[in-house]
Amino acid sequence: MNNTTIIPLFVIIPLAAAFLISLVGKFIRRSSETIIFISSLVLLVFSLYARFLLNSSAGKIMIYKIGGWAPPFGICMVLDGLSCFMLITVNLIAFFVAVYSLSYMEQYTDKPKFFTLFSLMVCGMNGLIITGDLFNLFVFLEIASIASYALVAFGTEAEELEASFKYAIMGSVASAFIFIGIAFLYSFTSTLNMADMARVLSNKQNEWVIPFVGVLFLMGFGLKSALVPFHAWLPDAHPSAPASISAMLSGVLIKTLGIYSLIRIFFNIIGPTQGYLTVLMFLGAISMIVGVVLALSQWDLKRLLAYHSISQIGYVVLGIGLGTPLGVLGGLFHLFNHSVFKSLLFLNSGAVDYATGTRDLKETGGLGKLMPVTAKTNLVASMSIAGIPPFNGFFSKAIIIIACLEKGNFGYAICAVIGSILTLASFMKVQKFAFLGEIKDKFKNIKEAPFAMLFSMVCLAIICIFGGLMLIPSLRFFLDDAVAVILKGTGYASVVLEAAAK
Amino acid sequence: MMLYFLCLILFCVGLYGVLRKRNLVKMIIGLGIMEYAMNLFFVLLGYRFDGRAPIYAKDQEILNMVDPLPQALVLTSIVIGLGVTALVISIAVRIYEKYGTFDITKIKRLKG
Repeated sequence: MNNTTIIPLFVIIPLAAAFLISLVGKFIRRSSETIIFISSLVLLVFSLYARFLLNSSAGKIMIYKIGGWAPPFGICMVLDGLSCFMLITVNLIAFFVAVYSLSYMEQYTDKPKFFTLFSLMVCGMNGLIITGDLFNLFVFLEIASIASYALVAFGTEAEELEASFKYAIMGSVASAFIFIGIAFLYSFTSTLNMADMARVLSNKQNEWVIPFVGVLFLMGFGLKSALVPFHAWLPDAHPSAPASISAMLSGVLIKTLGIYSLIRIFFNIIGPTQGYLTVLMFLGAISMIVGVVLALSQWDLKRLLAYHSISQIGYVVLGIGLGTPLGVLGGLFHLFNHSVFKSLLFLNSGAVDYATGTRDLKETGGLGKLMPVTAKTNLVASMSIAGIPPFNGFFSKAIIIIACLEKGNFGYAICAVIGSILTLASFMKVQKFAFLGEIKDKFKNIKEAPFAMLFSMVCLAIICIFGGLMLIPSLRFFLDDAVAVILKGTGYASVVLEAAAK
Repeated sequence: MMLYFLCLILFCVGLYGVLRKRNLVKMIIGLGIMEYAMNLFFVLLGYRFDGRAPIYAKDQEILNMVDPLPQALVLTSIVIGLGVTALVISIAVRIYEKYGTFDITKIKRLKG
């Protein structure tokens, strides 16, 4: 058995789980819960094991050729530092969200269907991360998107359906732009393999095709990742979904579908030019400020969190758009941190919703006494997102700000600091109105959330507290390998093609 | 060149339908038109005039052949489009049950 056979398992396991759940979930009691728990645990273990295998492999890259056809003719799956980083992030969050859903989804009627869609979403994201073929990327992107449209509408209440319809229309328009971009790149390079495409593009000069394709991809993936001019669907879609799905959508889906694909295409295929980087930095800075300003005036807890997602994605894009080693490191580290604390915040909002039946901050209050664990984990997550030391959010934001200063972009550094202060302000509001103060009479008898929900929340809070340790030298390879892949730019082509030729 | 231009017009018609129409069903039809336009565009990219199917035969010499890859990709894309359309239509039907209308100006319980 070859080491590389682990790579397709990241697609096969969730796909098989989705199939099995839809087949037997209705007939055997608790089977859907068992299958989803085992499959997500196995995925998490495998993604950590893949990181271990990657360390021992030559050139820190592993390639699986589907059907034994060597690229550029066959489809290949590539596992490098960046893919591995994203895989661990996605599967870590997916595992905790799956455990949380075991209890949380009791209030909905059809658990097997929920877990089927959930598995399909994970399958789409994992596939998108490991594929080395541009059209495959599009197919996996659509699998994840369709599953998430359906999951947003899962409650089938009026608001949820409305949000889902809006999300589906915007998402389909985004996919159309991405598809046309892929069509243009194919007609220009006559290949679909990402590495081969990068090789052809670096040997071929054309004044208008590449910028045109760049704009199409920026629109498409910008819509998927909700950067500010394209953000209108996110504050509706993310709060409408069940809390565990909001955590997946805000935590990993917008990053995988948006940011990861954007990085792969702009840095590794087209090759970064100063123009793209300036656009990315600009969009990042606007998202950062607009998102947080809109969040300040929200009274719906989940809507507030959704606006913060826009703002925090801005930090990630700003960091990556800087293009310096420190900036990219900060951006990726913030990506990881944001997926941890934003999923934790959404899970907390779900726990509040589960206990009280409302998520309007004007109605809640004093829940800290009755729900001590939720209040404490929410405090940890709020401090992380606001960037208070020693929580993980502080380190990534500090790195991004230092990288801005290092490159001489003082304006962006000031934007980042202002964004951070406003974030702190709005999370003080959440703490005050949800957990501190006097308890209302009608909530006198509420109980703390069940064990499975608390388990996920506490584990994620622990990751928030100790996340900063990832920067110490012996653990930094996790981030450094991902940064190295991005900074290598179109050198990605020769690395993949050489590794595939072996 | 004319064909590509018509393709662009078709795409714009679809986009107009999605962005400007107020009826949910018309928006979905716009989405469909947009998908047809992009599939047509991709097939056109691989088409060669007077070309033949790239099937190898001993006694025939292939001079000018159609690129088969876009056709395979477009088949996948059509299936994806079918999935999205089916989902969106079912959501639209449920919206009609809840709100009693297809008019998006009347469907705005979310603050936007």
